[in-house]
Amino acid sequence: MESRLLGHRKEHIMASAPSRLDIEQADGVTVATFKDRRLLDEATIDLVGNQLYSLVDDHGFHKVVLDFNDVEYMSSSALGKLIKFHKKVLSVDGSLRLCNLKPELQKIFKVLALHKVFKIDKNRDKSIKKI
Amino acid sequence: MSDTSQFDYTIQSELAESSRIQEEIMAVLRQLGFEDEDLADLHIAIEEGLANAIKHGNQLDASKQVKIEGVFDGNKVRIEIEDEGSGFDPEDVPDPTLEENLDKPSGRGILLMRAFMDTIEYNDKGNRLRIVKSCTVHG
Repeated sequence: MESRLLGHRKEHIMASAPSRLDIEQADGVTVATFKDRRLLDEATIDLVGNQLYSLVDDHGFHKVVLDFNDVEYMSSSALGKLIKFHKKVLSVDGSLRLCNLKPELQKIFKVLALHKVFKIDKNRDKSIKKI
Repeated sequence: MSDTSQFDYTIQSELAESSRIQEEIMAVLRQLGFEDEDLADLHIAIEEGLANAIKHGNQLDASKQVKIEGVFDGNKVRIEIEDEGSGFDPEDVPDPTLEENLDKPSGRGILLMRAFMDTIEYNDKGNRLRIVKSCTVHG
């Protein structure tokens, strides 16, 4: 039922798509899936951050779902980028939801009280539905 | 796992060096047979400890070094990370979970280390970190 929400209208956009994120459009929502299993390395984190900011700054996407399905863990520096991205989305009256956080990642968010900052859903269909 | 073993590394204060040495350390830890969850916790703590030493301790000054020592005694891992900075008082770091600090950058690394390690402590000067964790070894 939920998977129908995504339908078959998923389009891969941005031909020169950033290599660290898979970007899809689904029902007017931009779904960005992290490709990296670990967001620890500073160079990777900088790339991911810039590619996230570009979604708003260069592409004007305001409704964004971040899918963490493949991410095992991330550092405080990566979380800093995420918080900055969240602020950027809110600054354009947009909306951001996170989904598919593995238990280890959920633990990190809870320890840092970031579950109070971000709207987090079990899976991407729920995020798309609620955004 | 009754053997005691150890390692010593010294790196320049560069984040790329931190990434490289973390891979080496994690390879050593994997060989000791610790469970994946413990390895993940250790990796996060080592990353945070090294990032603090390089960015805040040595202020990204590549002429300064960071020493990393590890001792494995049975299932217990102890890692010490020392920078050449002037040190700090961990008590002065704002609590990042307070409402007013939630979107500020400071303190998250220390909090993650506290959450994932059994012990985290700094020397009096605040330039040498010790983290300790008892791990589960694969049967």
